[in-house]
Amino acid sequence: MADEIETIDVDEELPPPSDGEVDDEVDDGLVDAGDFDAYREDTAEYDRLAAQTDEGAQLLTQHSEIVVTGGPWPELEGESQTMIINMGPQHPSTHGVLRIMMELDGETVVRAKPVIGYLHTGMEKTAEQLTYVQGGTNVTRMDYASPIANEIVFAMAVERLLDVEVPERAQWMRMLLAELSRMASHLLFQATNGMDLGAVSMMLFGWREREETLRVLEKITGLRMNHNFVRPGGLAADLPDGWEDACLDLCDIVERGIGEYDELLTANPIWLERMVGVGVITTEEALALGASGPILRSTGFAWDLRKTQPYLAYDQVDFDVIYTENGDCFDRYRIRLHEIAESMKIVRQCVERMPSGDYRVQDKKVTPPPRARIDESMEALIHHFKLFTEGFRVPAGETYVAVESPRGEIGCYLVSDGTGKPARMHIRGPSFYNLQSMQPMIKDRMVADGVAIVSSVDPIMGEVDR
Amino acid sequence: MADDTAVDTAEDAREEEHKVVPPWDEVAAALVAAFDGAIFHDSHGQPVVYVPREHWAAAALHLRDVERFTTCLDICAVDHLTDADRITVDGVTPERFEIVANFLSHPRNRRIRLIAQVPATDTTIAAVTPIYPGVNLAERETFDLYGITFDGHPDLTRILMPDDWEGHPLRKDDAPARVPVTFKGDPGPR
Repeated sequence: MADEIETIDVDEELPPPSDGEVDDEVDDGLVDAGDFDAYREDTAEYDRLAAQTDEGAQLLTQHSEIVVTGGPWPELEGESQTMIINMGPQHPSTHGVLRIMMELDGETVVRAKPVIGYLHTGMEKTAEQLTYVQGGTNVTRMDYASPIANEIVFAMAVERLLDVEVPERAQWMRMLLAELSRMASHLLFQATNGMDLGAVSMMLFGWREREETLRVLEKITGLRMNHNFVRPGGLAADLPDGWEDACLDLCDIVERGIGEYDELLTANPIWLERMVGVGVITTEEALALGASGPILRSTGFAWDLRKTQPYLAYDQVDFDVIYTENGDCFDRYRIRLHEIAESMKIVRQCVERMPSGDYRVQDKKVTPPPRARIDESMEALIHHFKLFTEGFRVPAGETYVAVESPRGEIGCYLVSDGTGKPARMHIRGPSFYNLQSMQPMIKDRMVADGVAIVSSVDPIMGEVDR
Repeated sequence: MADDTAVDTAEDAREEEHKVVPPWDEVAAALVAAFDGAIFHDSHGQPVVYVPREHWAAAALHLRDVERFTTCLDICAVDHLTDADRITVDGVTPERFEIVANFLSHPRNRRIRLIAQVPATDTTIAAVTPIYPGVNLAERETFDLYGITFDGHPDLTRILMPDDWEGHPLRKDDAPARVPVTFKGDPGPR
């Protein structure tokens, strides 16, 4: 037992031959033979050790002598063969559970096909089981990075079927929330896009400002995400005290943040190398494939539903539609970065010009009585109870309403059969269609560009699979 | 009709047209004139044309080539098996399934919706994917969830449900929770 320990010590104390670390006692700095000599007393043990060492060296030599048999691979000569590999569904750059089947010729992507359905939870079926009041809790979970857009489009569809007009303050509040949500979503994109391309500090920076945005949303709606704050007929509550300061402070923080991103990334040669000219798509391709949002705008086509088909109060505020002309990943990054600034413009105008009035329509059919009335009136209590258990009935009809979400046109096709629950609720998720536009982007590019391209499409799988 | 959530900027002009001619939308009027049995319907201020199933692809082609509708936004289906009430449009024979397609013209900044009736006995309709490649995934989704077969679709396979799934979950007769939730490795009741 003791011998074994001794040999191990020997092994460890032998300095590596070429190491610069020199023992004080040895001047030449070479392998100190003296130490060996000391152990040479224990001859048998030394021999065993030496023999072992030699043997080990020989073994290594033997390993290196392994001969690779066989000639050149005949399949790889002449006509090249393609290979299909999967990216995802558990790849960190696929933003959830997206799987991309890529057909490769060497390292070049010939075709790419998104395979989805890993996050399918039957939300459109669930919507048929929920009343119109409960429906908001369902749709808000689809595009979880910008839930307000989903809530607004659902509420607007219900209101159109009910023929209800929402008060002005409610429209401005919705616009404020939508822009805060857009800021949070685009900040999230800055974080994940940076992370996907190896700029890991961007992840922390983006998350930092996004968290501040979510904090303001939490102050207003009560929840960081999945707010269920926009209800058919208005909103769940009025703006809290001090919301103006919270929004203005947030704008200052985010303005500083996007200045930092700009400085860090926009002129960064590594960043440009990964992004410029990668994932190019033309306007014709984008339109044919149903792409919308930043993807369409990056191709030089300034299409934003907030401007072209204004809803809420977007025709009363001053903002610009950002578009670029190259249609590559870098342009989509720049568009989203500048859209944060445009959203802040709208938020600041909302703070300045928020109209007074009611935050929900005073239509007894859809709006519960105020809390104070419930304490003093039995009818109000019954009314409140019925509204939240049975919900309200919506006249039979069908409608399609579209708004501009951070990812593009989000639409809600709603069919009512005159009962308290929708007969059909279909969400046209922009990510679902934008995923298809990946095909022309990734064609004839390297596999590594696939990461940048998926990242710049910015799909949210909750909305794709619903 | 007071509707300030309307997305079209030229709504006032159309309101006046609406009182004069039934198909106030000129695109819809052209469709009604071009296709036998096409019916115009005003759905909360939005133009809708009910197209017979046999003219479905031809109507989409007409929208793309003649009327410059650049994008087919969406294709989905509706199952009217259990409807308590349903909008009835004169001249349209209601069937169990409806296929709904929303179109958007970017250069003309307008929308239109086409609806086709599909009977439960023969759930096939022509695919729009060869005309508008953007609805490829949408038609696969409709096939997956409703069992509607799109003739001429290049890759009509299940998309959201597993490949070996039986049934079409968004049909009204496919009850929720029909398949019990199971967990792999569940030790079972003690």
